[in-house]
Amino acid sequence: MAKVKGDIIIDIEKCKGCELCASACPQESLELSRKLNSKGYHYIVKIEDNCTGCTNCALVCPDSVIKVFRRTDKKKEQVATITNVTGDITVKVKS
Amino acid sequence: MNERRMLSDNHYEDVIAEESVCISDNLVYDRPETLTSTPMHYCPGCGHGVAHRLIAEVIEELDIQDKTIGVAPVGCAVFAYNYFNIDMTEAAHGRASAVATGIKRVLPEKYVFSYQGDGDLAAIGTGETIHTCNRGENILIIFINNGIYGMTGGQMAPTTLVGMKSTTTPMGRDVHDMGYPLKITELIAQLPGVYYCTRVAVNSPNHVRKAKKAIYNGFKYQELKKGLSFVEIVTNCPSNWKMTPVESNKWLEENMLPFYPLGDLKVPQKEN
Repeated sequence: MAKVKGDIIIDIEKCKGCELCASACPQESLELSRKLNSKGYHYIVKIEDNCTGCTNCALVCPDSVIKVFRRTDKKKEQVATITNVTGDITVKVKS
Repeated sequence: MNERRMLSDNHYEDVIAEESVCISDNLVYDRPETLTSTPMHYCPGCGHGVAHRLIAEVIEELDIQDKTIGVAPVGCAVFAYNYFNIDMTEAAHGRASAVATGIKRVLPEKYVFSYQGDGDLAAIGTGETIHTCNRGENILIIFINNGIYGMTGGQMAPTTLVGMKSTTTPMGRDVHDMGYPLKITELIAQLPGVYYCTRVAVNSPNHVRKAKKAIYNGFKYQELKKGLSFVEIVTNCPSNWKMTPVESNKWLEENMLPFYPLGDLKVPQKEN
């Protein structure tokens, strides 16, 4: 499975199904659901896992129902290497 | 299971990180807290919602929620005070800029903005708008232009394009009877009291980013006490244009934007 880069959370109860986000999405990963919310609108759902977290959908959303997450690839630096360990050891890392 | 454990032993960090992207560290975009949680009454796809959110984001970025007073107009945005988590007031039709003038003069340390539509600012409140701009009051006027009277059912506004259909011009706007569309932003850009005058749109992500920048500048110039800032936002009106939201944004791009070109009309001169 490809690594998931980004994700969105949609507040389906406030969505009015205008599809502006679907037309703004460069990955074409949004589509109208067949189901209705309590107001009677077809709400938007994410149908693909290829979201990059570009925030285009959230920018054009008139009702601000979309929350966007993007993976931050912070590379962790190697601080030490432990070799030739035979038994249990305790490692304390200074913060 | 064994395979999974082996994988987790070898690529411990990757597997942990793969679990969920939806954690607060990864959050890049969220609804601003300056907007209340009330669902907006606007039609699906209406540009008012985006304009509201941009104003709320800018207020939040500048951290001036307690120092900002907004003036709502008469029009579709008449309930704007329900959506902003700041002090708001309501003005008579077209008089938002006059009310904003009064508030700013009494409370000069507050940030004051008026939020007006085209029927409000360019038709009924033309006199107030032009004189407020001419006096160079230190406020921000946000002008939402969708070329139609939205709330009352799609009648012709002064900003309606030539040939554009509305309920009072069913055959399209005819210049012999109804005159020409009013470019109020160009009109007031000439006035010496206006410090910053620009036209933006909210139909695409790129335009939304530029619109936010323009609103940010407007609040910033108000902080520096430079004079009046005027931001026109060209938006759509899917219900009264009788289109789907996506079609209306396309129509806006093809018809509104050639007549109302985007960009700065008046930018501050560099001080030597």
